[in-house]
Amino acid sequence: MIAVIDYGVGNLYSLTSSLRYVGADVKVTSEAQDLKDADKIFLPGVGAFEDAIKKLRATGLVETIDEEVKKGKPLMGICLGMQLLFEKSYEYGEWDGLGYIKGEVVSMQGRIGDDLKIPQIGWNALDIVKDDPLVKYIGSGDHVYFVHGYYASNCEESTVATTEYGVTVPAIVRSGNVCGTQFHPEKSGSVGLSILKAFSEA
Amino acid sequence: MITKRIVPCLDIRDGKVVKGVNFEGIRDVADPVEMAKFYNISGADELVFYDITASFEGRQLFTEILESVAAQIFIPLTVGGGINTLEDFDRVLKCGADKVSVNSGAIKDPTLIEKGAKRYGDQCVVLSMDVKRVDGSFHIFSKGGREDTGMDALEWAREGVERGAGEIVVNSMDTDGVRGGFDLELLDAVAAKVNVPIVASGGAGKMEDFAELFRHDGMDAGLAASIFHFKEVSIKDLKEYLSAEGINMRI
Repeated sequence: MIAVIDYGVGNLYSLTSSLRYVGADVKVTSEAQDLKDADKIFLPGVGAFEDAIKKLRATGLVETIDEEVKKGKPLMGICLGMQLLFEKSYEYGEWDGLGYIKGEVVSMQGRIGDDLKIPQIGWNALDIVKDDPLVKYIGSGDHVYFVHGYYASNCEESTVATTEYGVTVPAIVRSGNVCGTQFHPEKSGSVGLSILKAFSEA
Repeated sequence: MITKRIVPCLDIRDGKVVKGVNFEGIRDVADPVEMAKFYNISGADELVFYDITASFEGRQLFTEILESVAAQIFIPLTVGGGINTLEDFDRVLKCGADKVSVNSGAIKDPTLIEKGAKRYGDQCVVLSMDVKRVDGSFHIFSKGGREDTGMDALEWAREGVERGAGEIVVNSMDTDGVRGGFDLELLDAVAAKVNVPIVASGGAGKMEDFAELFRHDGMDAGLAASIFHFKEVSIKDLKEYLSAEGINMRI
């Protein structure tokens, strides 16, 4: 069973639908016991970092997530959920993340050309820089759907795939059993479904 | 680099896809769920659903259709029609919509844009505008294009973005249904006013119209209905053609 953490950030309809579509057994939960029972954990998220990390901590689940991650249970974050996996974010202030992946989340503002719109919204191509179980069904040049104004930096060693948007943006990251995508696999058509399938099988 | 988007639009009334010519003479085309599946396979980059039903029953049927689409099709979905309150945002987002398109509701109450943007993020709020030339200037029309508000379209676009709209759909009533190409004069004028993605709507009749559109700065997406519904232009062929023309597409 894949436990999808419900901490009141965004709606989970498309994510749970897409996971079920690729054959995964999904449970949306905010119960610690479900995270312990799960084979894998999914951390979704949209919105602002501060609001999300506060809401996640308020559920009291972080300790359990820490324990399960230490035991080696696969954890995948998407979009803001991926950003929460890092040490720090500089979105409207300075906020501590979960610290599972080395690096910090920074704004695109001032780091990309003035001709590019912020946030990046749309389909962009992946460049796979490292082999990983998540990318076993996809290849470089495949397009996925991004919606974000901030991105992970100083995380070269954990970067699996990147995309170009005025700056090289880490699109898929992994550190041990913890992984994440900056884009929305549940909105990325067949390529996104292939990534979710790979995660659910691994 | 980010790709240009091809967006088929499905107007839904009483559970069926419809498409009017100049907003009149609406006729049935097909089942929305089947049509959405077909467009997904064809390579549509996004789907737009407009609920043009007025009745409560029709609205419920629309929500059910949306849920069914979102459970089977995993590309971005934009939903509009009858969005007047934050509760309307909530209703369609829960069914799997990614962006909510506001039109008459935002004209009535412009704070709807900032309320939506504040709660769900700028990227979630799409300002859709129906524009027609009146006495040499661009006017905003409300209620599905039936009522001239007298508002200046370029000023409304600027205000909408300032209030938090993350994207603008510009539908030209002058070119809509005519199939003589997008209203580039209007689109260029809007692009000069705002720095958010612009979705061009109204007037696409052939593949070349899209190529011409994307050669203009600031145009991110081309939206059309009838030429796709009636299979006069296939999305797959269109994207291959545009790609060969040097326009960055998701193939």
